[in-house]
Amino acid sequence: MRELELYVHIPFCVKKCDYCDFLSMPADESVRRHYVGQLLEEIRQNAPVCKEYQVSSVFFGGGTPSLLSGGQTAEIMEELQERFQVRQNAEITLECNPGTLTRQKLALYKTAGVNRLSLGLQSADHRELQKIGRIHTFEEFLESFDLARKAGFSNINVDVMSALPGQRTKDWLYTLKKVLELRPEHISAYSLIVEEGTPFYERYGEDELRRQRGEVCRDLPSEETERQMYELTREILADHGYLRYEISNYAKPGRECRHNIGYWQLTPYLGLGLGSSSYLEQARFSNTRKLEEYLKGNWNDLAEILETVERQKGRADVSCGQGELVMLDKRAQMEEFMFLGLRMTAGIARKKFQKLFGVELEGVYGEILRKLQRQGLIEQSEGRVFLTEEGISVSNYVLSEFLLEVETSSSE
Amino acid sequence: MSAIDQNKIRNFCIIAHIDHGKSTLADRIIEKTGLLTSREMQAQVLDNMELERERGITIKAQTVRIVYKAKDGEEYIFNLIDTPGHVDFNYEVSRSLAACDGAILVVDAAQGIEAQTLANVYLALDHDLDVLPVINKIDLPSAEPERVMEEIEDVIGLEAQEAPQISAKTGLNIEEVLEQIVEKIPAPQGSPDNPLKALIFDSLYDSYKGVIVFCRIKEGRVKVGTTIQMMATGASADVVEVGYFGAGQFIPCEELSAGMVGYITASLKNVRDTQVGDTVTDANRPADEPLPGYKKVNPMVYCGMYPADGAKYPDLRDALEKLQLNDAALQFEPETSIALGFGFRCGFLGLLHLEIIQERLEREYNLDLVTTAPGVIYKVHKTNGEVIELTNPSNLPDGAEIEYMEEPVVSAEIMVTSEFIGAIMDLCQERRGTYISMEYMEETRALLKYDLPLNEIIYDFFDALKSRSRGYASFDYEMKGYARSELVKLDILINKEEVDALSFIVHSGTAYERGRKMCEKLKEEIPRHLFEIPIQAAVGSKVIARETVKAMRKDVLAKCYGGDISRKRKLLEKQKEGKKRMRQIGNVEIPQKAFMSVLKLDDN
Repeated sequence: MRELELYVHIPFCVKKCDYCDFLSMPADESVRRHYVGQLLEEIRQNAPVCKEYQVSSVFFGGGTPSLLSGGQTAEIMEELQERFQVRQNAEITLECNPGTLTRQKLALYKTAGVNRLSLGLQSADHRELQKIGRIHTFEEFLESFDLARKAGFSNINVDVMSALPGQRTKDWLYTLKKVLELRPEHISAYSLIVEEGTPFYERYGEDELRRQRGEVCRDLPSEETERQMYELTREILADHGYLRYEISNYAKPGRECRHNIGYWQLTPYLGLGLGSSSYLEQARFSNTRKLEEYLKGNWNDLAEILETVERQKGRADVSCGQGELVMLDKRAQMEEFMFLGLRMTAGIARKKFQKLFGVELEGVYGEILRKLQRQGLIEQSEGRVFLTEEGISVSNYVLSEFLLEVETSSSE
Repeated sequence: MSAIDQNKIRNFCIIAHIDHGKSTLADRIIEKTGLLTSREMQAQVLDNMELERERGITIKAQTVRIVYKAKDGEEYIFNLIDTPGHVDFNYEVSRSLAACDGAILVVDAAQGIEAQTLANVYLALDHDLDVLPVINKIDLPSAEPERVMEEIEDVIGLEAQEAPQISAKTGLNIEEVLEQIVEKIPAPQGSPDNPLKALIFDSLYDSYKGVIVFCRIKEGRVKVGTTIQMMATGASADVVEVGYFGAGQFIPCEELSAGMVGYITASLKNVRDTQVGDTVTDANRPADEPLPGYKKVNPMVYCGMYPADGAKYPDLRDALEKLQLNDAALQFEPETSIALGFGFRCGFLGLLHLEIIQERLEREYNLDLVTTAPGVIYKVHKTNGEVIELTNPSNLPDGAEIEYMEEPVVSAEIMVTSEFIGAIMDLCQERRGTYISMEYMEETRALLKYDLPLNEIIYDFFDALKSRSRGYASFDYEMKGYARSELVKLDILINKEEVDALSFIVHSGTAYERGRKMCEKLKEEIPRHLFEIPIQAAVGSKVIARETVKAMRKDVLAKCYGGDISRKRKLLEKQKEGKKRMRQIGNVEIPQKAFMSVLKLDDN
């Protein structure tokens, strides 16, 4: 049976963080209740379309999914278990924020089948937490972590963020050290991205442009510092038994996040909830991003979408349901196989490429691979291609090289 | 319409300093004579190029025929020829004047006489035109018609007591202008019975009608079936249609005779056969000698134009040929650049002319262009006695072969209010100007005369002039001649490779400054690469300025999850797309706009 991943979006939070550009907002209890009701409806309507699939992972993301009551979360989980064929050993992750967890909630999660928690910490320094607009203290985080362990969660991720405004390398190492003391199974360490449309963009957008030009920054750590933080992270975490398996993700062996790996390996996934994205039958589509629409029941009708996909196969993108329906042709699939797969340190396997697309990797990307290897940005061994450290540092450039020309380009 | 009394025709144009209301007056005249109702009028009927309306300037001369019923009860035919106002387009003005018998001089009641007012009046007097002054914008609170009237009399020496005081905007006193056109502008001379002599003042290519020749019939007559001959090129053809100019359309008629302004289409295959300024005659009854024509203006500013997409080279050539048809001042010849590939070295009247042509190529012909820094024609005197006219800096001979060089110099007239005289004199000094004289036109305004090297004014002199005088200075110039000068070629090296398309000629005294600014500008424009890129400015083998584009050290999308993939793809596509619009020089990719950004080096 074919594999499917489920993503469930809970777009609510207590207060939006200043750097956050995810689809999330504060909302009162009645809105949340209404939302959960619609989400359950969406599951009931769309799950039967996926009867050919077995669910290998579920990921509750947000927002702050732990803002829902334990009962609400359990209700959603039950609905999923009932309507989808969820594998026995499926990885079921829920994102939580310190300050929203209680012993009762955790107990309910556990019974509902949640077996992995992802805790947002970002920084162990109180001033840094305030500066980026977080609502919790480090002590509250410690308390939440402790509660989770006591509730029996043995697979926990901690999210931390480097290259914060004003952060020095030693400040970052302090956060790393504090996290390591807790011995989580998984650590996601992201470099801050100053996203357009966030309060951070107003504050640091210009600084970010300066950094991109290689100039001296006012608040953000310089390019060199950022790079140094990144390199130290890899070394220190490796020394503590965490291996980097993707650009920003580190895990104890066997504790890699299967759900996320699915994204990078083109495993089909279905998004449920506001604004969630799906990748099914080589098509990418997503739900409405407008809460009032979603609350009216205007989510994607999966049966209808898959019919359109069937009709459109091999043809151009169409607009469908609530938004764009992007049909990935073979060229686009090859591109995604490369630029997503190469995010992982293990890279991609030549054999898998050939199996998926019926052509040799060499035939499509030979010239580009040789060029990138000459530039020291990729390496190839034992039938695999992967980025070097240098390649990871400038991965946007490297990955963009794998986009193929649509028309045959004129020689210059 | 066959027998039109010559005495009832008035051929005239409107001349003015830019912004004094020339086009508005033209619109009002057309409206008052009933050719169009005001409802039908789009503002500024005669500026029909999209670009002209947008910029609020007139580029091409436009012609319209209107009928006016005068107070004496007679109907008069007016041929109104609108003319450009910008100094770059004096050439167009000159063409229009040759087709007229008189000119209306519009002077702004608040601003008074400006540099181009003078230049245009002199041009009109050169063509023996009767000049009829009109004082416009008297509805403005700052209008001083009495003062302006005196100024016209004192400075130009025209009788101005009877000058109509009008507001073209509100339509006030327009009748008075129309009556004075009848009274004061002479009717055309010439006999319809003489051999045909018609002056070509413009032409146009129409995909249905072929070449349309705009002309003023000076002697004789022409109608359908007449075999015409071009006196300069010798080409002959049978007339297919003659007619006159309605508002925005061609109206065929039976015959054009002496004194009339109209158009001719003939079975002319080759557009080059009809040269503006040539005389059309009757092949079966030719005139003895052609009309004097008028002063031919040569390009003064040159630059390289290259298609961004090399494959569009033939398209660019076609487009330039079409534009050249009714813009004889535009010249071009093929050239090649190591950096930019195949393109053309093009000659223009000035920087505005260059910009207009560039914009028309991009808009009307959908071409994406890369333009190199504009330069003038230098004369290079070689040690072997040979003299080269240099339009492309890359062709500068080796220093050892050069005896000396000369650069073009213009006589400039700048009219400025007294409080800004100091600032403007400083500006002229900075631009290597030679002071000639200063005359006070009245207590608060002076006319400054300077000789200035042309290459100092083609970039941004006009802008600098406006900003340093808060918009009060006006400026006009004409070619004076060549003067010996200490000139050097400034080369730009990117990652140690010379980029020919970025070289230019500069006075040795300003080479350092220009080189430094170039390097700074290029540093901003060139994206970071995986390696460090030095940018150097050099004169000969001596590096005079240097900047460095630092190596790209980090460019990572830290986060990429399921919902993000389409977005990340777009980001990567943008990154890749950006590279396509670059020129590869050695192993450095230079964005096309870098070649153009160096055109605007002035601070602020």
